[in-house]
Amino acid sequence: MADRLHLANADQPLLVAENLSKNYGALVACRDISFTLYPGEVLAIVGESGSGKTTLLQMLSAQLAPKSGRVFYRMRDGVLRDLNALGEAERRFLFRTDWGYVHQDPAQGLRMAVSAGANVGERLMAVGWNHYGRIRGTASSWLERVEIDTARIDDTPRTYSGGMRQRLQIARNLVTEPRLVFMDEPTGGLDVSVQARLLDLMRNLVSELGLAAIVVTHDLAVARLLSHRVMVMKGGQVIETGLTDQVLDDPHEPYTQLLVSSILPP
Amino acid sequence: MTAPSYNFAYLDEQTKRMIRRAILKAIAIPGYQVPFASREMPMPYGWGTGGVQVTAAILGPQDRLKVIDQGSDDTTNAISIRKFFAKTAGVATTSSTREASVIQTRHRIPEAPLHCGQVLVYQVPIPEPLRFLEPRETETRRMHALSEYGLMHVKLYEDIARFGHIATSYAYPVKVNARYVMDPSPTPKFDNPKMDNCPALQLFGAGREKRIYAIPPYTKVVSLDFEDHPFTRYRFEAPCALCGAEDAYLDEIVTDDAGSRMFVCSDTDYCEGRQAAGHRGREGQAPYREKAHG
Amino acid sequence: MSAMIDILEAEKTFTMHLQGGVRLAVVRGVTFEVKAGECVVLSGPSGAGKSSILKMIFGNYRCDGGRISIRHRGNLIDLAKAEPREVLRVRRETIGYVSQFLRAVPRVATIDVVAEPLIVTGTSRAEARGQAGDLLGFLNIPERLWTLPPATFSGGEQQRVNIASGFISDHPILLLDEPTASLDAANREVVVRLIDKKKRAGVAIVAIVHDDEIRRRIADRVVDVTTFAAAA
Repeated sequence: MADRLHLANADQPLLVAENLSKNYGALVACRDISFTLYPGEVLAIVGESGSGKTTLLQMLSAQLAPKSGRVFYRMRDGVLRDLNALGEAERRFLFRTDWGYVHQDPAQGLRMAVSAGANVGERLMAVGWNHYGRIRGTASSWLERVEIDTARIDDTPRTYSGGMRQRLQIARNLVTEPRLVFMDEPTGGLDVSVQARLLDLMRNLVSELGLAAIVVTHDLAVARLLSHRVMVMKGGQVIETGLTDQVLDDPHEPYTQLLVSSILPP
Repeated sequence: MTAPSYNFAYLDEQTKRMIRRAILKAIAIPGYQVPFASREMPMPYGWGTGGVQVTAAILGPQDRLKVIDQGSDDTTNAISIRKFFAKTAGVATTSSTREASVIQTRHRIPEAPLHCGQVLVYQVPIPEPLRFLEPRETETRRMHALSEYGLMHVKLYEDIARFGHIATSYAYPVKVNARYVMDPSPTPKFDNPKMDNCPALQLFGAGREKRIYAIPPYTKVVSLDFEDHPFTRYRFEAPCALCGAEDAYLDEIVTDDAGSRMFVCSDTDYCEGRQAAGHRGREGQAPYREKAHG
Repeated sequence: MSAMIDILEAEKTFTMHLQGGVRLAVVRGVTFEVKAGECVVLSGPSGAGKSSILKMIFGNYRCDGGRISIRHRGNLIDLAKAEPREVLRVRRETIGYVSQFLRAVPRVATIDVVAEPLIVTGTSRAEARGQAGDLLGFLNIPERLWTLPPATFSGGEQQRVNIASGFISDHPILLLDEPTASLDAANREVVVRLIDKKKRAGVAIVAIVHDDEIRRRIADRVVDVTTFAAAA
């Protein structure tokens, strides 16, 4: 149903990356990367360590300034803005409301000493919600949605398992109904069965909420499960890009063929 | 050997100018923490050096100084600081709230209403209200600059989640002039309403943390809360045992080693004043007065 | 009547970089069209490129040359040159695909696998599940299996789940890759009837079937893929 909500805006790009480059001294982390992301699309950025994918994600989410190139984002009022031209207050506001960022290590994306309910409610309080009962109720329903027992709403994430922490991080990010979520190896470091459950949850939420997402991962199975499009990176450059099932079933580039053939068969 | 002679109020004039500039800036931006070059004072950090520096900077020969500590003029700290200024500035001192022109206080606001022309100087340990939730100074400065106070409500939320009500009983955060969130120093939340629309100038000094902030007279000061958990003043169950005051902040005093205790006004000047005017509480048959110390 | 699928001079070559760059030309000059209500069967020996052509029509394989026009929302769109989101839209609304082997997302219940194509186009979950149940029943998948993920089913059962998810929506184009390969006679009959029903509803079908009997019953035209063989 969320698809219909976005059909109206479906042909207006949500995020546009234009010739992004970044280097650290002589080391070129990203070279001339461009792409366009549309509402409701999930793009996986796939590559091995050192491919530049995390640097790219940081530039796209305005956490790192590119050496050259620009990133544009279509704000809720429909205007396409250059992220670099936003004031710091605007950028921080964007980060807290219209965007989500899921870290690989959930401890980095949560306040570990604060209860789960407060973790989820913080963004709401940051945009002015001032009613304890409503904040708690919303937090509770989100915990349910990410399959965390609501009886644990007052426990801190220190008492949670790794998988629960990650789901809490997702709830914390989605409570303000962002349109774009950045994910950095969201299932990295989790046990395989926990990964599976998390991926299923993410798949469902993305489709229910019509989210656009950019997911950095080295795991092709994650890309296949979650994304519509995939960008394969190596040495800071985009080697191949296209529909996920196309790139994974009919890889053209040598490196892509190598990556695909390296997956162990089930 | 002759006794050393001090500059008026101990600090040199250049230091006082520096502090006054910080104070002016603080008054111009109510609730904003102004950094200042806190000096070495002849008392250690944690003993009111911030308040002492502010008082030293604003004191003039015509001022009457009152110093209280937890409401009392007669504790060790209050006496020491009062003696310090008597010696280095030679100003008149008093225990009467009404008669003082400058009142330095640790952790309480006097019960008697303040009037125009008075200055209340607070001693502040940790000036940053967000410190316990966000340890990074870089981040808290940004939050104040961008008015991002969601985290403050997180603290209040946690209280309600854990205790069923906002359990913060002192150093209760307030919003000043509808802009900055401020820590009123460890005064009981009972005192918060006195800060709102106060005719006196309120100055806050933190010596160890090197910050000064201010609330100009007649400024709006609102305690933070939730719509469905509004700020309420603490009400004591019984009036002061000595003077019968029903709306003063009370201290608990243990009277014997069998566990009996009584509750009396924390503000000693206020209590004595009421007793002198004939008000009596349950225990107040004879006025209670500590023997005068040196 | 205008064509639903119009393929002109499409070609496909695999370059196997991991095997020293050897090029495997599969098909060349593929040209045919399919009208609404028509069933075109691709014939030819194993390895001739039948599945590859079907996958090119679905956009699963990229097309190295030529044009693959699909009638989507009344207009012809060249899938070989379309943007990823356009291909996804075409798949969502216009083309259904029943692959040779079931490739379901793991851990999703059979009933939800089959209901999914309806849900993404706006049908309520309850309604979609209802229709999925009807179709699964028609295909003789017992109700006790509906809540289980199909990964542990037998080959024939998996194929029937696959067929159900391909046939459940109203896509005007259906691509079928060996739809009856693992089925017994009774179920083959069910599938033939389903195909007939789709044809009468005006759906354009491209199918690969090895069974001569089935081919005779469903094909309006047979296209011999060996005529598109690339030079050796």
